[in-house]
Amino acid sequence: MQNNTIVQLDGVVKRFPVGRGQFTALKDINLKFKAGEFSGLVGPSGSGKTTLLNIIGSLDGPSEGHARVLDRAVENLSHREAAELRNYHIGFIFQTYNLLPVYTVFENVEFPLLLQKMEKSKREKAVMDALEWLGLTDKVNSRPAQLSGGECQRVAIARAMVKRPEILLADEPTANLDSANSHHILKAMVRLNRDLKTTFIFATHDAKVIKYLRRKIVLEDGSVTKDEKKEPRSKS
Amino acid sequence: MIKFLFKGVIRDSHRSRFPIIIVIIGVLLTVLGSCWLKGVMGDMVDFNARYYTGHVKVVTRAFAENLDQMPLDLALVDIASLKQELSGLAPDMQWISRIRFGGLLDVPDAKGETRAQGPVMGLAVDFSPESGEVSRLNIAKSLVAGRLPLNQDEALISHELAGKMALEPGDVVTLIGSTMYGGLTMTNYRFAGTVRFGIHAMDRGAVIVRLEDARMALDMDDAATAILGYFGGGRYSETRAQNLSDRFNASLAGEKDEFSPQMMPLSRQDGLHEWIEYAGSMSGMLVTLFVLVMSLVLWNAGLLGGLRRYGEVGVRLAIGEHKGHIYRSMIGESVLIGLMGSLLGTLAGLAAAWPLERYGIDMGFAMQNTTMMIPTVFRARITPEAYYIGFFPGLFSTVLGTSLSGIGIYKRQTAQLFKELET
Repeated sequence: MQNNTIVQLDGVVKRFPVGRGQFTALKDINLKFKAGEFSGLVGPSGSGKTTLLNIIGSLDGPSEGHARVLDRAVENLSHREAAELRNYHIGFIFQTYNLLPVYTVFENVEFPLLLQKMEKSKREKAVMDALEWLGLTDKVNSRPAQLSGGECQRVAIARAMVKRPEILLADEPTANLDSANSHHILKAMVRLNRDLKTTFIFATHDAKVIKYLRRKIVLEDGSVTKDEKKEPRSKS
Repeated sequence: MIKFLFKGVIRDSHRSRFPIIIVIIGVLLTVLGSCWLKGVMGDMVDFNARYYTGHVKVVTRAFAENLDQMPLDLALVDIASLKQELSGLAPDMQWISRIRFGGLLDVPDAKGETRAQGPVMGLAVDFSPESGEVSRLNIAKSLVAGRLPLNQDEALISHELAGKMALEPGDVVTLIGSTMYGGLTMTNYRFAGTVRFGIHAMDRGAVIVRLEDARMALDMDDAATAILGYFGGGRYSETRAQNLSDRFNASLAGEKDEFSPQMMPLSRQDGLHEWIEYAGSMSGMLVTLFVLVMSLVLWNAGLLGGLRRYGEVGVRLAIGEHKGHIYRSMIGESVLIGLMGSLLGTLAGLAAAWPLERYGIDMGFAMQNTTMMIPTVFRARITPEAYYIGFFPGLFSTVLGTSLSGIGIYKRQTAQLFKELET
């Protein structure tokens, strides 16, 4: 891949069996994402946002076409290879946080690093760094049930970011948050994108999120209808 | 990672409490059941060995064929040389002579007329300290009234029978029976004391006399109905008993005489072999049943847990944990749960078995008519086996239950994770 392209989708089609026929969720998608982008797949429910996110996240493969993520052809990855790609290079943020309820904030964030078998001292430092980025150092020993929705989502972001992934995929990350928390979360993500150069790809139809995106890819009925980039503000 | 899983198991009571309780109950029942079976069967074997069968028993071939009738006319003769031969064959064993006989006990009144009469089972034993019979038959501790027979023609009578016949120590009774040669014998015995063995077959109507007195009365000089052999330490070994019997019987294989001796191990007498096998299969069945039921219950518990942890598994898959690792981690959790449950269950089982071993349960009321050598107080017995018999099945069934329920992880489609995790 050229020019820092970390995700390249060429003619991606995704079909799902429905009854005796097939439903085409994605139609001939051709997209490239460069490292450090802060972009979003925008569109109404059923437009194919999550399906596309699944393919980029190596959770699913295309029915036709090619999807290359970090120089790996998603359609050719075995289950184990796909898991390894996610484990080391891709972070996920979900609408409903999905924190492990019996573990503390620290342990939730530590979990991806345990899977990487990172040594303890490095692991602890990485977890504390991630919690510090998200302003959660005072919640280290709290359980998810003791946190607000905004704090839970920040823990989820810390969990996704702690392994310093190249790509972070977020599916409707602010859907369960109020306006103030949504902005707080989005600002944190913008800062992480700027400081760590992590590529953010959102799937959203939330206007609050869309406002923050630097690239907006509009999906309708499985096709890209618009792909627009916001010009960076000039310093003057 | 193990520490991480352990924390999860400890903190999540839903994940650990129910399976651990199930494992504890199952292991407790297995340990208790096993101790109970071992105790009851072990006591039965032990009582039979002490009172009736020995670890091996030598009788004539003809006597062996009519064992239930205790025919005195088919008794062993030339006992002294036979015991010498047996001592040569197994020098570390103790060989003792016994005579069992049937008779009629007649209790006279002051005028010498019959006041009471009843059938009795006679047992002639060697009261000398060298024979160890007093201790083996627990006679001294079984004495309820009076004393041991010290003088010629003194007898002990079971406490129950003495009560029925209104006998007091010092009374004279007449034992009527037949000699080894078929003649009538009537011998007066002074009633020295009463005994209660806690074995209904013995307590119902036994008369115990000195071996030398019985020989005199029954015309059995240098004869006995049986020679019993006991292994040193008093512990029965089936293999050793069988080998010894085979060797002894092989040495006399050429004999045609029905009065030639024959040796029988404990397990080949009175259907004890079947009892021992029955105890073994019951124990095996108990463990198999336990593993089966527990696996089914824990499988279901695992399925319920799987539903409850559906989101967690989904997140873990999304984060990048592969299915095999999640499956193995769940097996790891089940090992932790199995270890905890099995350990606690074993301790609980041992704790429950202890009072049953110490005090037992008196089942005498249910054995009024039994003729078997079964103790009336049933006791459990804590053997080394009790420490592991429930432990490993407990662990195995937990792991098996989780292995079955965890298969669903492999069927999970990662393509649906975003949608699943939105709910």
